[in-house]
Amino acid sequence: MQIEMKGIAKAFGSNKVLQGVNFDVKSGEVHALMGENGAGKSTLMNILTGLLQKDAGSILIDGKETSYSSALDAEHHGISFIHQEMNNFPQMSVVDNMFLNKEIKTKFGLMNQKEMKKQAKHYLEQLGSNINVDQLIGNLTVGNQQMIEIAKSLMTDAKFIIMDEPTAALTENETAILFKTIRELKSKGVGFIYISHRMEELWQICDRVTVMRDGVSVNTYSTTEVKEDRIVKDMVGRDIGDYYPARNPKFGPVALKAEHLTGAKFNDISFEVHEGEILGFSGLMGAGRTETMRALFGIDKLKSGKIILHGEEVKLSSPSESIKHGIGFLTEDRKTEGLVLDQSLEDNIALPSIDGFRKGGIIDKKAEDEFVDMLMKRLTVKAQSANVPARSLSGGNQQKVVLAKWVGSGSRVLILDEPTRGVDVGAKKEIYKLMNQLTDRNVAIIMVSSDLPEVLSMSDRIKVLYEGKEMGIIDAKGATQEQVMKLATGGK
Amino acid sequence: MMDKPKAKFDVTKYMALIALIILAIVITALNPQFIAPNNLMNLFRQTSVNALIAFGMTFVILTSGIDLSVGSILALTGAITASMILGGMPAWLAGLIGIALGAVLGAINGLFITWGKVTPFIATLATMTIWRGATYVFTGGNPITGGKMNTSFFFQFIGQGYLFGIPFPIIITLIAFAICYVLLHKTAFGRKTFALGGNEKAAFVAGVKTKKVLITIYTISGLLAALAGFILTSRLGSAQPDAGTSYEMDAIASTVIGGASLMGGKGRMSGTLVGALLIASLSNGMNLLGVNSFYQQIVKGVVILIAVMIDSQTQKNRD
Repeated sequence: MQIEMKGIAKAFGSNKVLQGVNFDVKSGEVHALMGENGAGKSTLMNILTGLLQKDAGSILIDGKETSYSSALDAEHHGISFIHQEMNNFPQMSVVDNMFLNKEIKTKFGLMNQKEMKKQAKHYLEQLGSNINVDQLIGNLTVGNQQMIEIAKSLMTDAKFIIMDEPTAALTENETAILFKTIRELKSKGVGFIYISHRMEELWQICDRVTVMRDGVSVNTYSTTEVKEDRIVKDMVGRDIGDYYPARNPKFGPVALKAEHLTGAKFNDISFEVHEGEILGFSGLMGAGRTETMRALFGIDKLKSGKIILHGEEVKLSSPSESIKHGIGFLTEDRKTEGLVLDQSLEDNIALPSIDGFRKGGIIDKKAEDEFVDMLMKRLTVKAQSANVPARSLSGGNQQKVVLAKWVGSGSRVLILDEPTRGVDVGAKKEIYKLMNQLTDRNVAIIMVSSDLPEVLSMSDRIKVLYEGKEMGIIDAKGATQEQVMKLATGGK
Repeated sequence: MMDKPKAKFDVTKYMALIALIILAIVITALNPQFIAPNNLMNLFRQTSVNALIAFGMTFVILTSGIDLSVGSILALTGAITASMILGGMPAWLAGLIGIALGAVLGAINGLFITWGKVTPFIATLATMTIWRGATYVFTGGNPITGGKMNTSFFFQFIGQGYLFGIPFPIIITLIAFAICYVLLHKTAFGRKTFALGGNEKAAFVAGVKTKKVLITIYTISGLLAALAGFILTSRLGSAQPDAGTSYEMDAIASTVIGGASLMGGKGRMSGTLVGALLIASLSNGMNLLGVNSFYQQIVKGVVILIAVMIDSQTQKNRD
């Protein structure tokens, strides 16, 4: 089987999102779709699966012009789309999720639980998984939830599976399992369209790659014949030089020292970060990095431990307390904890500093406008104005807005949890530069990141955690991915 | 892919106002008596009690909460104030104590909701029942009236007096509106209220003391309900044990008609004022037109549904 998309065009009002995209995928092939956020990848896939209708161009399935009326229609024809944000119901069991809307009924019209369980198990076994189908899906790891999604595609007898950033939230182990599954399905003739922001995955799992930029397909390569710099260049339309800007850190005195921090999911964690330093925190998902930072910042409870800020012990029992002490925290999930999505950039940026704009009880709007304007320029936030809702920005720009919040609140210690997650290549580089600018001005940065090249390139020292315990600290200079991974997986 | 937002006149913001104007024109056309100064003054005075409660409700609804206990707070504080006046306390002091008590009752709601982690609907449903019960216990089920309530100038002035020819309740309402408007739209507290309503977690991480803000908001709601109670008691010259029953519904309706979203994060004080005027105009107009009061309820319900439907439709089109 073969899908060919030719000259696909789509516009929303005056906004031309796709302008002549060519893309094809064959059975038994993994074809990657790369491109910055906003390049049009999702729109293209939504057109293929009938969520959106194209304005021009043609979709040929085995040479025959086809157009699906809905996602369900596409599914019936063997094309299933696994979205990045999984559409499952966390409070329902695995089997109920798998058979939602496809319930098997007894002759009395009641649900046939036994048969559904049997089939659910059967499909999961095909994937080499022995997940308990009675469990609530919300209790599963992200990796296992993804497995369920794949099993659901198998249930509809999918010939092609579209995956949108499937590894974004997976641990290394889960990624390995996912890749194994993809390879097996591939050998059985299933074709994949694989959307990813992770460059290294191209060579791990993909056969071909198509790069999109600004609504056009720029080039298609076989992954055996293309190098990373070429793809990056196609994605951004120019050479972006070295991906990671060079760091020339000058350490000042210790800004923050944590002693024996212990909480629900981490035990006896100690570290110190200097002014002007980026201290990386590496580890697998569930290693306790995020939990440590949340407790340090006062979002969650710290069971015991001491925090010494600029030489003085402090108690940080709430975020407002931490902010007063000059600490900022860019959370892992900017949509649920970083931004008030429906409110303006101005409201978002000024929020942690809002008490400072009171003049006789009233907000000094002019001072606030200037403050926000200055921060948006400094952090190169690209938006029509400070009054547009945060929701309307791309991931990279949203992240800059969150950073602007914390730069504006005068953070001397900045905790960045996955600062470039879901951020496109161009914005990533800008965020790295900002981090360098901040440390040049003696801000201390703690960076939690699951992106190994990022940790190695941007940190000065790397602290590695494993299952809530500290495994060691390494000098980033000259450190290798293998070294970090060994510690992160519990090896000494 | 998003459409670029444009900074142009946004008609959806003024839906309630447009509806109010159309309604006023229609009623006037059917009965010109509607815009007679006398009737308008009367209309505004009728609006004041509901408007005061609705101002507090606006803060509450902005945080995606609800306060069902306002009617009971109104009744309990009204009864206590009335009995204190009967007992010989100066009316101004009795009024102040009643209003302060309303604030305390509101704060108790806030404590249940924040520290007790009870959802606002349940917490205020429970306190609504408790305080209504307390009112019946306190009054023995009888209205409190007569005595000094008939002779105190201050007490009578609050609900029945005129200043520069304007009924005093209207003046109180306008002052309360101005204060609430500034508080919501011009202060850091208001900004935090919006942030909390839009995304409580993000507001907390950004340093907003969410519990403190929530308790303050329910305190304001209780305080305004008690103020409304004081005015109502004065206007009627008596405190009724069943006063304020179902007033929470009119307040919620006013807020929602004014464009607030029960999901929180969206709403305006001026919208609520318009919403309250719209509801009052509807009753007033139908009375003028001689519509049976049983039918009035049906019409009111339909208007609320239409208003919210139009709002959510225009909202959807914008997304």
